[in-house]
This record gives sequence, C-alpha cells and structure tokens, in this order.
Amino acid sequence: MSANILVVAEHLHGQVLDITYVMLAGARRLAKATGGKVIALLLSENVQALSQNFNADIVRSYNHPAFEDFSNDAYLHVLEGEVKEEQPRVVLFGHTTIGMDLASVLSARLDLPLVSQVQRFEALNFISQICGGKILAEGALPEPTALVTMTPGGYKTEEGQGQNPPIETKQAAGVEKKRARLVRFIEPPISDVDISKEAVLVSVGRGLQNQEDLAMVERLAHALHGAVSASRPLVDKGWLPTSRLVGKSGKAVRPKLYLALGISGAPEHVEAITNSEIILAVNTDPNAPIFDFAQYGVEMDLTELLPALLEKLEQEKVS
Amino acid sequence: MNILVIIKMAPDLVEELSIDASGTALDTQWLRLLPNEFDEFALEQAILLKERVGANVTVVAPQADGIEDALFTAAAKGADHLIELTGEPENLNNHALARAIAALIPALQPTLVLTGVQAHNDLDGQSGALLAGLLDWPYVGYVSGVQIVERKAHVRKEYPGGLLAEIEVDLPAVLGIQASDEPPRYVAFSKVRQAMQSATIEKRDIGVLNCSGGTVISRMFQPEAKGHAKMLTGDTQEVVARLVEILQTSGAV
Amino acid sequence: MTATYLETLSAGQTFWRNLAEIPNSDRFRMCIQCGTCSGICPFGKWLEYTPRKTLAALRMDEFEEVLQSNSIWMCVACAACTAACPQQIPTLDLMTRLKEELLLTGNVPAELQLALENSRRYGNPMGESPKKRADWTTRLDTPVPILGKDARSVDVLWYVGDFASYHPEGQSAARAMVKVFQALGVDFGILGPDEVSDGDSQRLAGERGLFEWLAIRNGAQFTRRHFNLIVTTDPHAYNAIKNQYPALDICYPVQHYTEFLYERLDQLQPLLTHEIEAAVAYHDPCYLGRVNHIYEQPRALLKAIPGVRLIELSHQRDNSLCCGGGGGGMWLDGFQWEKAHSRLSEWRIRETVAIKPLEDFLSVVRTLMTKPKSNGKSSLPDTTILAVACPYEKPRFSDAAKVIAPDKGIQVLDIAELLAKAIA
Repeated sequence: MSANILVVAEHLHGQVLDITYVMLAGARRLAKATGGKVIALLLSENVQALSQNFNADIVRSYNHPAFEDFSNDAYLHVLEGEVKEEQPRVVLFGHTTIGMDLASVLSARLDLPLVSQVQRFEALNFISQICGGKILAEGALPEPTALVTMTPGGYKTEEGQGQNPPIETKQAAGVEKKRARLVRFIEPPISDVDISKEAVLVSVGRGLQNQEDLAMVERLAHALHGAVSASRPLVDKGWLPTSRLVGKSGKAVRPKLYLALGISGAPEHVEAITNSEIILAVNTDPNAPIFDFAQYGVEMDLTELLPALLEKLEQEKVS
Repeated sequence: MNILVIIKMAPDLVEELSIDASGTALDTQWLRLLPNEFDEFALEQAILLKERVGANVTVVAPQADGIEDALFTAAAKGADHLIELTGEPENLNNHALARAIAALIPALQPTLVLTGVQAHNDLDGQSGALLAGLLDWPYVGYVSGVQIVERKAHVRKEYPGGLLAEIEVDLPAVLGIQASDEPPRYVAFSKVRQAMQSATIEKRDIGVLNCSGGTVISRMFQPEAKGHAKMLTGDTQEVVARLVEILQTSGAV
Repeated sequence: MTATYLETLSAGQTFWRNLAEIPNSDRFRMCIQCGTCSGICPFGKWLEYTPRKTLAALRMDEFEEVLQSNSIWMCVACAACTAACPQQIPTLDLMTRLKEELLLTGNVPAELQLALENSRRYGNPMGESPKKRADWTTRLDTPVPILGKDARSVDVLWYVGDFASYHPEGQSAARAMVKVFQALGVDFGILGPDEVSDGDSQRLAGERGLFEWLAIRNGAQFTRRHFNLIVTTDPHAYNAIKNQYPALDICYPVQHYTEFLYERLDQLQPLLTHEIEAAVAYHDPCYLGRVNHIYEQPRALLKAIPGVRLIELSHQRDNSLCCGGGGGGMWLDGFQWEKAHSRLSEWRIRETVAIKPLEDFLSVVRTLMTKPKSNGKSSLPDTTILAVACPYEKPRFSDAAKVIAPDKGIQVLDIAELLAKAIA
C-alpha cells in the first residue's frame, strides 16, 4: 500500500489532452496530503515528447504499438497490473470519453471503490459536481485505493505543468488481444470557421426553440464580427454542425467575448469556455448556473432581446 | 439476437433541487424524476437495431417513481419484454445495479447490452461500464451510432473536437450510448395507453443489495455563486443600451 | 360484416370507416370537389394534399400516399375550410384525423414532438415547472386568489392558460385582466399550479389521447372548487371547455372574457376614463370568431374606450386571417418556415400596415373638419394598434411587426391591456 497517486494520462493523435494537466494538478494536491509521489502513467511510444510538461515525480511508460489507437483492453490489462503492483492511494482518470471507458470497468474487475465527477480535492476529501452543476457532493476518498474520474474546472492546467520529469519505461505483455478494434477515424468536416480561434462567439443553446430564430443569431454574430457556436442540444438537432459545438465533446474556446444565449451552463459546456475574457449570458432562468460563470447577465428571453439589440447596433453603426 | 437495455430515472433539472434534512442527499419531496436522457437514446438505438436486423429487446429498470410509465412507453416504442427490479430502490447505487443486472444475464442471454453512457447524478461510475467489468465483456462508451455487421457491432465513438472513431466490437458487448443514429421517436399517448393494457411488467426482487464500490457522501450542498454575473436590469431598451456599451468597451463593436 | 372482411380492409378503408365517429361525417360523401376549402386554406399552396385532394384520395382508397406526405403539418387548424364549405363538411376534423394517423406512425416534426412530450410531462408545452404556473401573480399589487382544494366559493373561476401563465407577453395581458377584474369588483380565483394545459391545441395537432388526459385532469380540479362560471382569456381554452370537454362529462358554463365584460359594459364604461388616441384594428381570432361566432362583443369593448377609432381589416369576422398559431402551429414555426418562407402573422401585419394610407386620408379629412386644439397640436391619433384577444397572437404579431414593419409603430395589444390602460 503506497501513498502514491497514479494519473492515467490522456493523449490523442500526438497531443496531450488538457484533462491530463488538470489531473496532475489534483494529484499534486493529493500527494501533499498523503506524502506520496505523483506517478503519471503514459501508454505510448512517444513518451518523451508527450510528457515533457508533466508536473509529475515519475512518468511510467509502457511501450507497445497496441497503445497507439483505441485499445480499452490493452489499457485495462496494463492498469490492472499497475494498480495491483503499485497499490496507489488514488488513481485518477479523466471523466472523459477515454477515462470513463476504463475507470468503471477497472472498479468492477478489481473490486475497488470508485468516485466520479470529481472536480477538486480538499485534503483527502473529494468534491464532485453533479446534476448539471447544481449540486456538490463531498466525502472522504475511500480506502485503501480509490479510483476517481475527474472533471475539468477545479484546477488550472498551468498547475499541472512542470518540466521534463524522469521517465521509467516498462514492458507490456499480453496487450495484443483487443476485443474492440479501431477501424478508422472520421475527421469532422472542415468548415469555414474554427471557433477555437474566433475572438467573438455568439453561442446558442436549448433556449433557442425555433430553428429560424438562428437567422437572427447569425445576424448578431455578423454585426459583432464573430461566429455562431452552440451547446450540444442544437448540434444534436442538426441545426448547427459539430464544428460549432462548444463543450466537452466539442471544442474549447478562448474568445475575448462569449455571448451565451439560452445556455444553462452545465459543466460539460462551461469547462470549454473558462478561458473566455468576457462571458455575457442571456437566460430566462435566473438560477441558471451560467450566471455563476458570466461577468454580465440578462434575465430575458433571447428572442425578445435580440431584435432590440440588433436594432440598436444598426443605429450605432449609422451614427 | 437479444438486446438488453438498462434504463434509470434521474432527477429532473427543470425543477429546483434542494438538499434533505440530513444534508447528505437530495430532498425527494418535490423531486421530479424523468428517464435518464442517455438511456432514452439507448432505447431508441435498440429499437432501431430491432427494426434493421431483427432482435428481441428487453428493457430492465430499477424501481422508481414514474418507472412504470417509462417501461410502458418503451413497450409502445417496440420493446418486447419489460423487467422492473424491485427491492430497496433508495439505496441503489450503480455498483449494486450492475451486480443485479449481471445476475440476470445467464437467463436473458443478451448479445448486446445498451445503456446511457452516464447519468448526471452518477457518483460511483457508470452502470454500463461496471456491468462490463463484472461480466468481463468488452465495453465502449460515448457511442453515437451502432450497426451490426457480420455478427460484430460497428460503433461510432465520440472524441473531443467533433472527431469520431469507427470501432469494431466483438459480441457479446456492453455499449454506453451518447446518442442514437436517429433522435428518439415520438409515441402517441394512445399507444402508451394501449401498452398499459396489453404489456406486462415482470417484477424481480433485487434481494440483498451489494453497494460496495460506491461512495459515502458526508455532505451535499449547493454551490455558492463565487462571483455572480452582474445582472443588467430595466426594460428592454435600457438593457440593450447597457449591453451595447459593454460590447463597445470589449472591442467587439 | 364478418371479422375476416374487416381484416381485409386497407388502411385507407379502415380510416374511412373510422371517420364515421366524427359528428356530421355523413357529409363527407357529399363533397363535390369544388375546391373552395383548398382555395381559402391559408397554407393551401404548400399542402401536398389540400383538404379537397385529401377527400378525393380517401374516396379513391389512395390513403397510403396521403400518409407518406408530411405536408399536413402546414395545417394550422384555422377552420376556414370548414366555414367556407358549401356542403358543410367537417373538413377540419378530417385534417385533424390525418394528423392523428401520422402521429401514430411517429411522423411528427421535432419541435412539435417536444411540445407534446412537455405537455405530457409538465402539463404545459413549454416544459416549464408546473409549480411555477402561478408565479406571474407574485409581482402584482393586489394578490390574485389561488383557489386551494378546500377554498371558499367564488363567482368566477378564471382559467388562465399556458401562454398567459408562462410567456412574458401573455403574462402582461394576464396582469391587465387582473386590473380589469378588480376594477369591476369581480369575485374570481384561479387554479394556480393545479391548472394544466386545456389541451385543445394538442388535440388539433393530432394528439387526441393527450388532450383527453389533460382535460380529465382539469376536470378533476374543477370538481374540487366552487364557482358559478368559468371565464377564460384564451379562445382555445374556451373552445375546449365549451365544445370538447362535455363529451368527456366535464360540463361547465364558460365565457370568453370579452363576452363576460360585454355583459357588464354599463359598469365598465364609466371606469374607462383615460383616453387612448389610436386607430385600432381588431383581429378576429379563429377560435373566438369563426369557430365560436363571437364577433361583436370584442368590438363593443374597444369602441367603449375613449379616443379609440375602430378600423376593420379587409379580412374580418368569419373571413379573418389566422395568425398561424393553431393546430400545433405555435410549435411548427421552423417546419412551416422551411416550406413556405412566409408567415401568416406577417400577412396580417401587412394588412394592418395597408390601412395606413386610408388612415392618412381620413386624418386629412378630419383636420379639415375639426378645430385644432388650443395648444396648436393636432388631436389626431398617430398610433396604430392591432388589438388581439388570443394569447398566441401577441407574440406572433409582435414578432411579425418587428420583422416587416419595424418603423411603422404598430403596437400589438390584447383588448384586456387596452381596457386596463383606459382605467385610470
């Protein structure tokens, strides 16, 4: 039983995903409380380049071609061995499309307790954010080894960054058998707009009930020299392409101005806009979580506000 | 082929949530439940597969307020067999649910288990992935489309940035559904009422719950708005004038 | 007829037989294919199967083809077809039955699907919390009585409706109604959070089962209160309670507020002291006018307001132009826009704008005929108001006015709001 904190690093197509740094930041806090080390587990042949900015005491890497593309079975095989051998105090996974495929399966296989949607830690207590961000749940991290899936937003990525941690390479055996195999990646269609590079985003969510009100939103984006983006519900309806999706499954954005129209502010969306300079939210629900993240708010129906706003902008332009 | 769909009720976020007297759980007095959105997608995907390749669809759900309505609606959509797990629903966590369903697998013999990839009130992982771990079946989550090709499942898994991966999965398998190929169909009220007459829900007692692997909550609370937005008030014209000022200062105009 | 014969009937033949349940359905056989229904249908141009064609297809047993088309969702249930038919065929009921068939196959546009699912889950199509249904009453000076289950008896149960309860424009009309009721000393109360959608629009959108379920819930709430009369500010609710609820054994006397106030005009008139200088065009709502023949009472109320000059639009009374909100239209905007690229509400606003040249002429005539006021300013109205009496209309016409006539200064107001303004 060690006091160490194991972090299951996430990477895709040669890039480290931001959640890895968030986990490392969390791991650093936990390690302080346990007196242990932060061990980043990185499964890739490209370990040097990927781990160069990890704030970790050790980067433990396994080399095998099996890790280069989708490989839940391969990851689980290694993780099982690692956890049994290392017996860490906490294992951190991303609450992501990668981490969630692993954490629960491992919990069932190894009979280890699991806590999900954890945003941050206080000593050896976890604080999870559930119910669309409306409720926080706190508890003690179960002993002896707790598996945790972490959401972004509790720590800044900078806190998880460091310089060239030492690398330990181990051999991976028995990872060839994959019951789920990658056939191909399907890149998102190239659109004329990369929302992650726009300075002004006019973003719409569930509050936009009629598709043809989108025209009004487009006009506003145009008037502000920005682009239209959206939260999940509208993309699911096909009203906007996935390239415009802001959120956990879409893109993280860092505009100067982010207008959130009819967006409630669920964590999956908010995590992608925390780097905006100014967030201005419009929503009919005064208790919408978005108002906790925005600098300015308007409690109004966007279909009422927009025509008046567009008119005023027209007037200002003329004068 | 047999498809098993697991659905659960989750708190409806349209209503305001409050904490109960113990300070460790949601107050259930005014709590409204609705089927977990992702589970609705899972059900739709199962019905689509039934329509395309012919399958027997069983829907299983733990007892909760409104679950019978959800099960009859599933039958109206095309589910063949309905099972309600009775017992101690309030204490049921995902680990206990996964164990209860694992116990049903030998009798039901599904080739594919579909359930929502997550629910917003999950604190101890996701039931689909937990089930896969218990059964040692392959698991893929964040799936937004399923086809059956030569007795394997071809699924689309979502990655950030709109990237998708097409993955071939050996069966039997468990899939965590994010979205179905088509949005959940509408079922007319009269059809649900018909299902209430013609369909039966098989009730199975869960027995003694094994919740180990879950979490103990010492405190549940609502976030204090750290810095709330500065609300712009007044009539539409006043708000708009102030808005334009802000837009101008920010350099957007 | 043997069981086997019934089994051999095609879907179309079964549908045709089931039409017999509709009152006056024997008239379906009397269709002479004159096409008046299709001609008067406001969206007829975009209906692949216009009312006339639908009947023809049924008679030729080509029902399967009719079911393939989803253009029925252009129908806004305005009942112009039924009103115009020389053979008095209940054409609207046929179109509604067709929507029911499509719904059974799950063929329904997504926006409407959501509104129906919300109605089922929350008792209102907006998906708002039922607990908040009476929150609009909280910011008023005098409280609105919400009748609990063991409440005292009142004279009037005011059935408020979905839009008046939850939509900002509806709420402002509701608040105006409170002022008028209180000024008249009406002894009234509302159901508050116990009220659910009247269900008529859901019925007309093809969800008969959902309508019945909502009606029965309202009926149960009615039985637990004591009152003499139901008054409603919503013509769709009026239609439901008057014409549809009795078949479900829910029978109560009901009036639209314009009828109710008209009966009390001699009490109301002296209270209308504040002048409203305006040309007021009255829009006859489909379910107040054409379907329920209430034309004169709203007009009398408007004429009672000092300063108001009542204008008739070219489509009026039973010939009135639908705002496009009925039959599910409130939740089919996207779908209908895709097909038609025009809105019925905009058509109506164009008509309102078109009265302006006539207005200008009349105002010139009046200038010549009246002495100017001592301060030199003209006493002529330069405001044009489109007066409505149905909660769907306000948001629809306001939006249309903003889009196509933003500089014409047309205000859209419910009659109740005008009355409230006129009461000092």
